[in-house]
Amino acid sequence: MDDVMRGRVWRFGDDISTDLLSPGAYAVDPVDIRRLHVLESVDPTFAGSVEAGDLLVAGRNFGCGSSRETAPENLAALGIACVVAASFARIFLRNAVAIGLPVLVCPDAHGIVETGQQGQVDLAAGTFENLTTGASAVGEPLPDEMRRILAAGGILAGVTVDDASPRSV
Amino acid sequence: MTVAEKILARAAGREEVRAGEFVVGEIDLAMTHDIFAAKVFDTLLAHGIEELFDPTKVAVVIDHFVPAPTAAIADLQRRTREHVKRFDVGIFYDAGEGISHQLLPERGHVKPGMLIIGTDSHTTTYGALGAAATGVGTSDMVAAMATGRLWFRVPETIRFDLDGALDRWTSWKDVVLSVARMIGTDGAQYRSLEFGGPGAVEAPISGRLTVANMAVELGAKFGIFPADETTFAYLGEPPTEVPGPDPDAEYLDIRTLDLASLGPQVALPSDVDLVVAASEAGGVAIDQAFLGSCTNGRLDDLEAAASVVAGRSVAPGVRFLVAPASRRVMEDALAAGYIATLVEAGATILAPGCGPCFGGHGGLLGPGERGISSSNRNFPGRMGSADAEIFLASPATVAASAVAGRVVDPREVADG
Repeated sequence: MDDVMRGRVWRFGDDISTDLLSPGAYAVDPVDIRRLHVLESVDPTFAGSVEAGDLLVAGRNFGCGSSRETAPENLAALGIACVVAASFARIFLRNAVAIGLPVLVCPDAHGIVETGQQGQVDLAAGTFENLTTGASAVGEPLPDEMRRILAAGGILAGVTVDDASPRSV
Repeated sequence: MTVAEKILARAAGREEVRAGEFVVGEIDLAMTHDIFAAKVFDTLLAHGIEELFDPTKVAVVIDHFVPAPTAAIADLQRRTREHVKRFDVGIFYDAGEGISHQLLPERGHVKPGMLIIGTDSHTTTYGALGAAATGVGTSDMVAAMATGRLWFRVPETIRFDLDGALDRWTSWKDVVLSVARMIGTDGAQYRSLEFGGPGAVEAPISGRLTVANMAVELGAKFGIFPADETTFAYLGEPPTEVPGPDPDAEYLDIRTLDLASLGPQVALPSDVDLVVAASEAGGVAIDQAFLGSCTNGRLDDLEAAASVVAGRSVAPGVRFLVAPASRRVMEDALAAGYIATLVEAGATILAPGCGPCFGGHGGLLGPGERGISSSNRNFPGRMGSADAEIFLASPATVAASAVAGRVVDPREVADG
């Protein structure tokens, strides 16, 4: 996983819940169906137009609500390279790390970018830059313990039948 | 240390831990339910893992889709039962027994001081019995079921000291909605909420379960009522030494709340912290009232609703749905006459389980409809159409609104 990612930005507001990211009505459907309904009630064009490598930038409390890991999983399946938010709900943050979807806490990012502009994320520096306007915002890199899991590709990268020993963080 | 720090220290085999540290803790109880169980076990098998770290510490509950609304979900539940047998899962409750967050405390699986995870955000509920309990996703659950361990960041704690007593028509739901109004839906993000003070000591377990349940709606990792005499009386066990906070425990913030001042509250669409007094909710007309969920489907909740609707009728055009939180709650409510009172008033009784709360089935809202619910979330699309509106309130307020046909203060319908 590269620490620096560039892509087209999709910008959303505050309190984007797991009910919007993974509606309950499709809770047990396969990911190919689930991903078609991501954020459909906020932006019906999103799921059909998003492309691999795009960045999602949002306000505070992103991913609030349920523990459903299908929320970050759906975003990953749509090709979102990184989610940048002013703050994350804790289970979403945990789940994103657990499945290897890069995330960045950056309080000011969503104030300096619009949907359709080009953005750049630097996970190690904890920064977001709007490549279209040149504006930039400084956030917080994830703690090393979480970045190690992300870098490995998720928490299950180390879980095998031969690895019953205590896992380090 | 706070209660959260003490439990994580014990689980990590450490004398002491401090907020901000990362630790690996031994899991005392791991719960998953019908939406995620098959995926968890499928993933274990895909990693070549055929044995759980300790089957006696693993619980599976079929509670969300009860009874199965489609053939595909029936098949998912069939596969879940097969997995339960294959992995020799120690604690299993099949469809119809009730909601995981009611059953695990009710049947004695939750003990003070435990570290508990569940593939459900409302796993925080178990903090009502002095446990540190929190929601995780399926991948974290797979890792924990394989190894018995999981990483945690030790959370800072916000302490709420509760004082005073609730009046007849104000409930613990009104307390937690008031906390939401005070600190907002991310006011406890990544934090542990610890409840204390004379008001908390007086709180019955049903009320503690309601408050701890909704701790996650404030962003919290844990919502903990330190164990006390009430806890052990509920468990039917002699009191043992369990972690309470040290006198010099360090809190990020200490807040106080006077219970006597609250009165019935309502969370307006579509955020849990858009809380106003029920009398100021605008008297909005409703299409549906739902009483149930892991927040408010217990015997005390059915009693409150029955006392409001006794001798009255549900307003024409309103669907009043009631889902007891467990079979035992339903049996007790039948014996006490609450179910008869509710049915005579016009309520529809649903199977013990999650009901329509999570938007999967069992009484959803159509576009443009409005519902009032005793559950925990009013986000757009939570209970059906994203164009429906959901008000959250106490069981008494939900029942009174069902009778009035609009969102009302229960005191408007029931006298004292």
